[in-house]
Amino acid sequence: MASNPFSDTVDGNAFGAALLDPERPAPAGLVGPDGKHAPKRFNVYRNNVIVSLRDALADSFPAIKTLLGEDYFNALARAFVLAHPPTSPVLIWYGGKFPDFVEAFPPLAAYPYLADVARVEWAWLQAYHAADAKPLDPAELGALPPDAIGGACFAKHPAAWVLSSDWPVWDLLRVNRFEPGTDIVIDLATPQSVLVSRPELDVELMMLRPGADVFLQALFNGETLGEAAFHAQQHSADFSLSDSLSDCLSNGVFEQLIVNQTD
Amino acid sequence: MKHKAMSAAIVAGAVATAVAGLSTTAPAQAQAKEKCYGVSLKGKNDCQAGPGTTCAGTSTIDYQGNAWTLVPKGTCTTMELPDGRTGSLTALDRDLPKA
Repeated sequence: MASNPFSDTVDGNAFGAALLDPERPAPAGLVGPDGKHAPKRFNVYRNNVIVSLRDALADSFPAIKTLLGEDYFNALARAFVLAHPPTSPVLIWYGGKFPDFVEAFPPLAAYPYLADVARVEWAWLQAYHAADAKPLDPAELGALPPDAIGGACFAKHPAAWVLSSDWPVWDLLRVNRFEPGTDIVIDLATPQSVLVSRPELDVELMMLRPGADVFLQALFNGETLGEAAFHAQQHSADFSLSDSLSDCLSNGVFEQLIVNQTD
Repeated sequence: MKHKAMSAAIVAGAVATAVAGLSTTAPAQAQAKEKCYGVSLKGKNDCQAGPGTTCAGTSTIDYQGNAWTLVPKGTCTTMELPDGRTGSLTALDRDLPKA
């Protein structure tokens, strides 16, 4: 394994550096079958590296591509690839830093909702590839003795994600990804929070009711049902525990019920 | 007194309501679905045929940092921000070509 994967004549570090910097010449010692220096071949490879990663980002963040248009997205994706080349050979995990990159990208400062849209798209991908798990059967919760319910906790389902946003991410994703052609007016002054889950095989997206995002985050952080409900109510006077819990249970947000021993 | 929490009776009542509501509308998830292995979204590491993956060898930066006068042409441009701002793009002073 210690042998140079490139060739006896090319330095791997120089090869890697030149790959992501078009200003650099093809690495010295890189030769074609004819034994001559092969800068064109290297440029082809260099291009394919960037383009394949760019296309991977386009597949993972289709709403961002629609929002920005193809030209802008391609340019943005290229800038991202150069700044954040993959650290793993697994392409499905490439792009986790893209939402933060979008958020911090000065030319996009006038479109502050983009990063949250990208975060939901990343969560969608995580949910898609998350481990399969059977969601909690609501009947288990129903079977708890009433005095144990308030102290119960939940183990998060591996495919469940919550994103709180100051922007109408749910509407933005519907129009730009999941229901293209939908004729709704997007009011950028409306905050929306989204639940991403995959109770079975299909990733589900759902807009959360007021306070439900705070409720779920609290439960994911290990708070008890009573504590999480309290926090959600503090945060949002419109919080409905029964409705929010119903949404969570029917979307398979929990994997297990954890009944705490009361002392 | 531990952490602040909603009263146990209220929580228990809400749980009962939620669970009862679910049991009547239940088996929506129970539809038979087949798992299709090997059909994942990506894994396209090959040199695919199709636009964007031609071996044309565009080896230079097509949009340099100071060339971000490029404006989003997608749906972003049709939306206005709450404070009345619309897209105004400022030049980026990094990723400039090396002198």
